[in-house]
Amino acid sequence: MKLLLAVILLLGSTASYSDVVVHREKSLYRNIVVSEKAGKRCLIFSVKRQERNQTCIYIDDPTRIVFPYVRMTFAGLLVNPEPTRGLMIGMGGGTISTVLTSIYPDLTMDLVEVDQAVVNVATEYFGFRKTDQIDVHVADGRVFTRRALLKKEQYDLIILDAFTGEYIPEHLMTVEFLENIKNLLTPDGVLIANTFWGSALYHHESVTYSTVFGPLFSLKMPGTGNRVIVASRAELPDRKTLMANAIMLKPNFERYKIDLRKYVPNMDRDPDWKTDRRPLTDQFAPANLLRGR
Amino acid sequence: MPIERRLTIWTVLTLAFTSGFIIMSIELLGGRILAPYFGSSIYVWGSIITVFMVALSFGYLIGGHLSTRAPRLRKYGLFFVAAAITAVPTILFGDAMMDWVFLRFEDPRYGSLLAAVLLFFIPTAILGMIAPYSVRLLVEESHHSGRVAGGLYFISTLGSALGTLLTSFYFVLLFEINEILVTMAIALICCFLIALFVDREVESEV
Repeated sequence: MKLLLAVILLLGSTASYSDVVVHREKSLYRNIVVSEKAGKRCLIFSVKRQERNQTCIYIDDPTRIVFPYVRMTFAGLLVNPEPTRGLMIGMGGGTISTVLTSIYPDLTMDLVEVDQAVVNVATEYFGFRKTDQIDVHVADGRVFTRRALLKKEQYDLIILDAFTGEYIPEHLMTVEFLENIKNLLTPDGVLIANTFWGSALYHHESVTYSTVFGPLFSLKMPGTGNRVIVASRAELPDRKTLMANAIMLKPNFERYKIDLRKYVPNMDRDPDWKTDRRPLTDQFAPANLLRGR
Repeated sequence: MPIERRLTIWTVLTLAFTSGFIIMSIELLGGRILAPYFGSSIYVWGSIITVFMVALSFGYLIGGHLSTRAPRLRKYGLFFVAAAITAVPTILFGDAMMDWVFLRFEDPRYGSLLAAVLLFFIPTAILGMIAPYSVRLLVEESHHSGRVAGGLYFISTLGSALGTLLTSFYFVLLFEINEILVTMAIALICCFLIALFVDREVESEV
């Protein structure tokens, strides 16, 4: 009886604090849940084991960005502050592309998302709008980039956001894939990858990126498990240039309450990873096994 | 039971286990091999599983037919060496073949299906021939045939389970895909040599 009471109390208390699920669907790839809590609406991919919010918006102020990693992504612009043609792999709620295309009216973007359901949910619940500037392609990132190479497409901004803390598409984290990406970049184009730190994968992943691109910026901020990789075919700019670009971009990002200047000191060029680790290749790509270590 | 009979039984069971192991190990690696060209979506797995199933079914049919013509361990061993040889182009020219397919097929569903046929159909069909031929080598009296077949499926399917598990849990963490495939080919050739050797032993005893 006591136990029963305890269970009821527990259920009651979690219910009052827990999210209100506004949408739930099983897509081909994952369970998608949209839930609301404390003024925020979040897209969640994996609910069983660990609640991982893919993306969140403030319901009454969609321009305010909830997650630090989303803001950190924009630090890549310090390397190429005036992109004109972007490619983004993995769309989440579509926030990043929405922000970018509103800041840069001349920017056109190809958005590649493997899961049609994610596109639908982004449109329905996260205010994502397909505009003249944004093309959405429901395709595998690897297949899309290979096709794009054949068509000799070039991008001066490429964002990889296909990795969650839960699962990594292993064919999107190999030397060969990044070679594809590198060949799609214009000479002064920038690659931005949203990744994580804290497992054995961090070292392998970092070595994989630097095998292809040479020196990288690795951006971590206190209090987050995210790490943003920024790479380019051109030589990486020095801190002075980064700061100058941050100041130049400041007015554009003001309405999103982002100040890129604070990222400049954390954009590390020196590897803080074990550089003797084996790079991941199409032949050797146990990314998810390494992530668990 | 005469010693040479027992030797035959153990050889066939061991080899059937190994072929079961290798079939599933290659099938699992198939997903990895196709991913850089066709992605890792559900249809890529659909292509691979379809091709393996069709290849195995034709293998069963042909293997059954071949088993009616003076079955011998020596001939049985040829399936293994043939599978090893036909896997070589997959290892050496897999990328070239997938490039070719990728250029011609816009839709990754049909692309992955055709690529899976080119890369895996022939070696898998040959590996499929082993199962019915194994039954024939083991069956001595028809009223035992069901039990013999059951025992063989038991062994070879356990091999498949182990091949799946070891490949996905450990091999991919330790080795490159081609290293695993080459090892499989060498294992198949070893099976061939064992079959030859045992065949000679058994025949010399008679």
